[in-house]
Amino acid sequence: MAFVDPGQIRDADAGQKGDVLLRVEDVSLSFGGVKAITAISFDIKQGEIRAIIGPNGAGKTSMLNVINGFYHPQEGEIWFRGKKRKALKPHQIANEGIARTFQNIALFKGMSTLDNIMTGRLTKMKKNMFWQAIWRGPAEREEIEHREVVERIIDFLEIQHIRKTSVGRLPYGLQKRVELGRALAAEPALLLLDEPMAGMNVEEKEDMSRFIIDVNQQFGTTIALIEHDMGVVMDLSDRVVVLDYGKKIGDGPPDEVRRNQDVIDAYLGVAHD
Amino acid sequence: MFYREAGEFKTSYKADQATFPIRFDRIFFWSVTAFAFLVVPFLINDYWEKAVFIPFMVFALAALGLNILTGYCGQVSLGTGGFMAVGAYACYKLMTAFPDLNMVPIIFLSGAVTAAVGILFGLPSLRIKGFYLAVATLAAQFFLVWLFNKVPWFYNYSATGQITAPERTVFGFAVTGAAAQPATTYLFCLAFLFVFAWVARNLVRGRIGRSWMAIRDMDIAAEIIGVNPLRTKLSAFAVSSFYIGMAGALFFALWQGAAEVTEAFGINQSFMVLFMIIIGGLGSIFGSLVGAAFMVLLPVLFKNIFVGAFGWPTDLSQYLQLMLVGGLIIFFLIVEPHGIAALWRTTKEKLRLWPFPH
Repeated sequence: MAFVDPGQIRDADAGQKGDVLLRVEDVSLSFGGVKAITAISFDIKQGEIRAIIGPNGAGKTSMLNVINGFYHPQEGEIWFRGKKRKALKPHQIANEGIARTFQNIALFKGMSTLDNIMTGRLTKMKKNMFWQAIWRGPAEREEIEHREVVERIIDFLEIQHIRKTSVGRLPYGLQKRVELGRALAAEPALLLLDEPMAGMNVEEKEDMSRFIIDVNQQFGTTIALIEHDMGVVMDLSDRVVVLDYGKKIGDGPPDEVRRNQDVIDAYLGVAHD
Repeated sequence: MFYREAGEFKTSYKADQATFPIRFDRIFFWSVTAFAFLVVPFLINDYWEKAVFIPFMVFALAALGLNILTGYCGQVSLGTGGFMAVGAYACYKLMTAFPDLNMVPIIFLSGAVTAAVGILFGLPSLRIKGFYLAVATLAAQFFLVWLFNKVPWFYNYSATGQITAPERTVFGFAVTGAAAQPATTYLFCLAFLFVFAWVARNLVRGRIGRSWMAIRDMDIAAEIIGVNPLRTKLSAFAVSSFYIGMAGALFFALWQGAAEVTEAFGINQSFMVLFMIIIGGLGSIFGSLVGAAFMVLLPVLFKNIFVGAFGWPTDLSQYLQLMLVGGLIIFFLIVEPHGIAALWRTTKEKLRLWPFPH
């Protein structure tokens, strides 16, 4: 899929554009007495950019955490690639082809940009400890193979100059970009972005929007993103799902959602009776 | 002439990710290695062997092991002494049970036994971290020492409770026991240190090392990008214990020749190795070696200077040394948590620009 040479055969599992890639059915999640998500259903189609929006505390991040297996919902089902998904651990779900970025940057601070993005390839590297210890030969070849893919991502994200800089020393905007790079390195079928533009200035937002669109269009990666900047959401996304107090209040193309009275109420605030 | 990479153009990823990307470093490293293997064996005498080289190499191996666990994988361990004891007793049992076995496989097997024990005591790390894990490994330290004291089978029912290394050979040369020549034991330890420092470097630069560091830096993010925490943490415990077990075996068989568990592998040993990696540099292979050299050479140096040259009383020199080590640990924890290795890195970066300020 993404970042492999053009002309290479597509992943056999990857469906056609427009097929449902992931479906969430009647998912409910609660922490003790607090209901974070109540009976939410929606789907994410192959090749689209799906936005999840809603006021603070609406359950957006909880939803992403459910999708990548960090939380296990008490009720409901998740269907991925046409199969009902069992309760898996997060690292197993990463192997299934779901990658994500975090609201608060979760990079590996002690490592360089290059190493951070290389960690995105960990699920694809298979050489065992014996070969790793010897290094020369298979392990080194494997490393170089993956380094080439990572270098293409570095080129794509225009971060060549910070390749060997420790990520702890990078400014915020670049850290966000490195985190996107790490998620891309896993060549995910579904990419979850949790507020990729939070705290950025206009220029940085424009850069990030461009990367998101390029990832989606050039590599056909399906993207689900949470974002608070409505301008960005309306421009980027194909379809939007709106959450409020853990319930779904709207679902559809940006224009339709914009006109939805419930959504307007949730954002502008009306007296809840 | 100058120390810099100007004029060295990397045309392949292989060259770019080499251990010593700068030619000067490469030449320096191989010169030191050649000197250690080809020249030192002809000059070495009993004093240098027992007081300097063997202890340095034994502790360098142990420090490498602990650094893999603590520096690279972020799991604090205070059980180093206990794991060294496992290595030493495994070595002793193997030496006495298989008298004809070559020492090389014995050392390897001692490491393997320790790795298994390490995995067992690594299991709590899946649930607890930080201080609490340190306390759990502290329990391992005391339990293991107690076990080797309590169960006579481990010391073959000897009357003193000590273990003593019988004479064993490698390719006809004695490496343990009274007949072992300084040059032989030196080369034997050096070969182990060289090979396993190299192996450690290879492990930390690739897939496994990145998984360890990912767990160290942010375990939740690591799990979400596909790192299996169970396998990763336990592999760090296994590899780390393997190194520490070999160090324990060499400590007992080649250096001391005999050992009594409470004295030789007590909690002091655990702290000693921990200080080595803190002073040398957490998360650095070079740091492990420098830290070990520092902690081993410091007492020797103090003894020679203050007692030998100035004629001070021995206890004064020892207290002075304790104060210096304590002060240095506080200094490094505050000023440079990555130890001498980080200072060395900064120096090298400055050297690249020297004599120009920018």
